[in-house]
Amino acid sequence: MTQENSILSEIEPEVVDRIAVGRREMFSRYAKMGGIVASAPLALALASNQAFGQSLPSQVVDVLNFALTLEYLEAAFYDQGNKSGVVPREYRAVFRTIGEHENAHVKLLKGVLGSASVAAPAVDFTAGGQYADVFENFETFRLLSQTFEDLGVAAYKGQAGNLMGSGAILTVALQIHSVEARHASEVRRIGLKYGWDSAFDKPLSKNAVLAAATPFLA
Amino acid sequence: MTQTLSRRLLLKWTGANAGIAVAGAMLPNFGISAALAADLGEGDIGVLNYAYALEQLEAAFYTQVIETPFEGITDEETDWLTDIRDHEVEHRDFLKEALGEGAIPDLEVDFSAVDFTSRDSVLATAQTFEDLGVAAYNGAGKLIENGDYLLAAGKIVSVEARHAAAIRDLVNMNSVAFAGDDVVDENGLDVAKEPAEVLAAADPFITTEVTAEALV
Repeated sequence: MTQENSILSEIEPEVVDRIAVGRREMFSRYAKMGGIVASAPLALALASNQAFGQSLPSQVVDVLNFALTLEYLEAAFYDQGNKSGVVPREYRAVFRTIGEHENAHVKLLKGVLGSASVAAPAVDFTAGGQYADVFENFETFRLLSQTFEDLGVAAYKGQAGNLMGSGAILTVALQIHSVEARHASEVRRIGLKYGWDSAFDKPLSKNAVLAAATPFLA
Repeated sequence: MTQTLSRRLLLKWTGANAGIAVAGAMLPNFGISAALAADLGEGDIGVLNYAYALEQLEAAFYTQVIETPFEGITDEETDWLTDIRDHEVEHRDFLKEALGEGAIPDLEVDFSAVDFTSRDSVLATAQTFEDLGVAAYNGAGKLIENGDYLLAAGKIVSVEARHAAAIRDLVNMNSVAFAGDDVVDENGLDVAKEPAEVLAAADPFITTEVTAEALV
């Protein structure tokens, strides 16, 4: 594996569609949630710790559960990685902080969704052996970290339009989105690369994101 | 350093009641013409001009940074800052083109508070601008009515966040500053600011008095 290797760039449109079909089932559960159109004040929900997922429009629940699934994946990745000893001493604070943020995102999204939350997926960060040394070889770990962070940025960006009109929820999604971008920049920099590809970050569709994430779902 | 442009024109455009309501929030009359400001159906123009103003500020800043590098600048720093300059210029030009005739004129900037020979001064200012840009886009997203514009803003804001992290890393390498608790809260959320707050922060770097009046 080289530094330039990128899971995202390997994705072919046809493969995206093929893989996505298999996983679509687990995400289709979201669709039955929702109901009354509401834009409940998020701050209130956070303050009261009272979930209001059932009162959210189904489209919003769908997006938030999609985001939650990615956050579960990221949180599990850093939980395992930070315990494994794969991270060199000089970068431990960085990856510990990123892991804390991902866990905070999981907690936040679960809090908003309440009983409408999807469960955490089973994960396999070796992707069936393709990245067998992910928790032994820092370059593999760093590359997957970069992939997950860039994927998160592209995923939130791609869903922003589906949160239009949701007020505080769109803002929260944007606030997560830029934190993922900060992570991505830092992880790229640690790889001695630029923190960016170009002046404009690209969005990814849900299917494309799922296709990239699917190899890591056990 | 100042750029001689349409200060008088901007001042001319500024009425006593400079705020315009856009999607329930107050946007300052940041050089937006009265004709556009009066039309709430053109609310996205106001948001785009708000972004355009900030990108103008950033582009002008990094242009100066590259023209007059600080003492002891490294090759890596030059590479990064040149890339960032190019991005901000692209953002500025993209927004100008998107706005077309609705675009505000070129703003007059004032970087007299910045010591461009000093690494600390330049990077501290860069960090302020990048974090401010992130907070501005995050706070303005909900004001945007057109999905294409929201997506465009999204494509820009994450690059600003990447810049912010990189600048913070230059200041404090391998620390947690790239996403420090001064910008990321206990919920793992970045800052989102309303336009009035952002423009108050940008005001010292913009020569025209227009923005300060509009924030009231």
